[in-house]
Amino acid sequence: METVITILSGVLVSISTYMILSRSVIRIILGISIFSHGVHLLLLTMGGLKTGSVPLLGRGAESFTDALPQALILTSIVISFAVTALLLVLAYRVYQELGTDNVYDLRGFKDDL
Amino acid sequence: MIYNLIVIPVILPIIAAIISIFLRRFIKTQRWIAFGVMIINTGISIYILQLIQREGILRIDFGGWEPPFGILYVADSFSMLLVLTTSIVTAICLLFAFSSIGEHREKMFFYPLVSFLVAGVNASFLTGDLFNLYVNFEIMLLASYVLITLGGTKVQLRESIKYVVINVVSSFLLLLSIAYLYGTVGTLNMAHISERIAEAGQTPLLTVISIFFLFVFSLKAGLLLYFWLPGSYSAPPAAVAALFGALLTKVGIYALFRVFTLIFYHDSAITHTLIGIMAALTLIGGSIGAVAYKDVRQIVSYNVIIAVGFILVGLAVGTPEAIEGSIYYLIHDMIVKALLFLIAGIMVVVSGTARIDEMSGLIRNYPLLGWVFFIAMLSLAGIPPLSGFIGKVLVGQGAVETGAYILLALAFLSSIFVLYSLLRVFLNSFWGETIITVEDEMPMKKGWIIPSVILMIGTIGLGLGPEFIAVYVSDAANTLLNPETYINAVMTD
Repeated sequence: METVITILSGVLVSISTYMILSRSVIRIILGISIFSHGVHLLLLTMGGLKTGSVPLLGRGAESFTDALPQALILTSIVISFAVTALLLVLAYRVYQELGTDNVYDLRGFKDDL
Repeated sequence: MIYNLIVIPVILPIIAAIISIFLRRFIKTQRWIAFGVMIINTGISIYILQLIQREGILRIDFGGWEPPFGILYVADSFSMLLVLTTSIVTAICLLFAFSSIGEHREKMFFYPLVSFLVAGVNASFLTGDLFNLYVNFEIMLLASYVLITLGGTKVQLRESIKYVVINVVSSFLLLLSIAYLYGTVGTLNMAHISERIAEAGQTPLLTVISIFFLFVFSLKAGLLLYFWLPGSYSAPPAAVAALFGALLTKVGIYALFRVFTLIFYHDSAITHTLIGIMAALTLIGGSIGAVAYKDVRQIVSYNVIIAVGFILVGLAVGTPEAIEGSIYYLIHDMIVKALLFLIAGIMVVVSGTARIDEMSGLIRNYPLLGWVFFIAMLSLAGIPPLSGFIGKVLVGQGAVETGAYILLALAFLSSIFVLYSLLRVFLNSFWGETIITVEDEMPMKKGWIIPSVILMIGTIGLGLGPEFIAVYVSDAANTLLNPETYINAVMTD
């Protein structure tokens, strides 16, 4: 199970890398969200997937799932939600002000700013 | 030793920010809340520094969860020195912002955002938990994303989208590295990780993970992976740029120091050599950039990169002198880079252009500004009575002792490039024929020049009296070089 999820997160990361390297700002943002999913899945896998029991320690608890990665992912999902929202607003503002969503047109440094 | 006090530098800015959000229309009140908090933080940091001298490293376990189970803050001399410098520099940048940032930015929550930024920076310095470090980075970065776009000019928007995308991607890479490390050692408490790695040995797998961390923090610090830095640091208004230049890259440098002295210090043949190579390339790239551009803000931004390279030469060399030198230089750089960004901002405003070949003879119009720039330039180049000197000497001494002559040569050649790049600015824009007539001359506001003069006094003071902080700096270097001090303070009651 771990192997499958690791491969899945690898696939997600490679897709997102392709999208982040594209020109359109919206694609970059979508790439970032997919990237976050890949990373979150990997984080989940790192704690060990289903070991057959709830994350409760007690007398006679033979197996238990590590609950920490889930707490970490929850935190990280909230952060990535906030960041994605901010990026979308920013992309919209950039489109309004500069009239483009192509990052090639956003290159500066003509030394005459 | 457990003290609740060390959470104050983080909690106070957060409370101030939340209160200021509700006081949106009362700009004056917001100003004094933000400024007052920074002053209080300065006092508290000094007090905690002395407390550390007496009691050893302090910590606070949140919710009573003892390490390694809970999240904790750890205050050692290194982190408190940086918190202290952050508080002072932010207070002075706020003074500058009062008269330069403009009412529309102030009404759009400028002061709460600065407070959040400082809270994130201080929390990153203080935390003893790796995942909490990631969260604190995010607090700091989210505030910086908004600060860099605040105002919404075209240049700001164009540069900020790149800044945000790069930093978001690197944050997820940081999360990825933390995931790998958690999967390998099964803990997130930095002292506990260090203990476990010391017990099990730093296997090649762990070294690979450490290189992950190296690249992530390099992106944040601008070590070799600095391509995003000059553009985004020259876009926002001077007060914000000064805060960014003084604080943000330094948090990355702090993280590099912490991780590579506390956790991954066993295999220094690989990791520290790599840091050395990256520092060398940063010095070269930064030097070329600093002399290549004619935009004063770009030149100043490339000077930030050179300083990053220089500080990390100290880490790569790794002798006690070099680490001490790096800490001195880190403090010096926070002060003097803020000064440099403020002066660049004033120059751009009074001359109406950012290009140094279009400015001329500013020293006749604004003599004091010229002299402050001159002192800042000498200080950055490392001329003796000023604050850059002691750091450079100590890093150089360390490099000579370990025989790292290439790093030594590059580090000191870069000082010449710093001097040349700033001298070029000085000759072009302060000397020469005066082109601003007396009628067109924009009066120098007190609120612009006073913060610059305070920072200038800071750099002179730090240069003349390093003995005042010498105790703390040597304690900080000592803790960095002996990880067991840190581990003992965290893992025992």
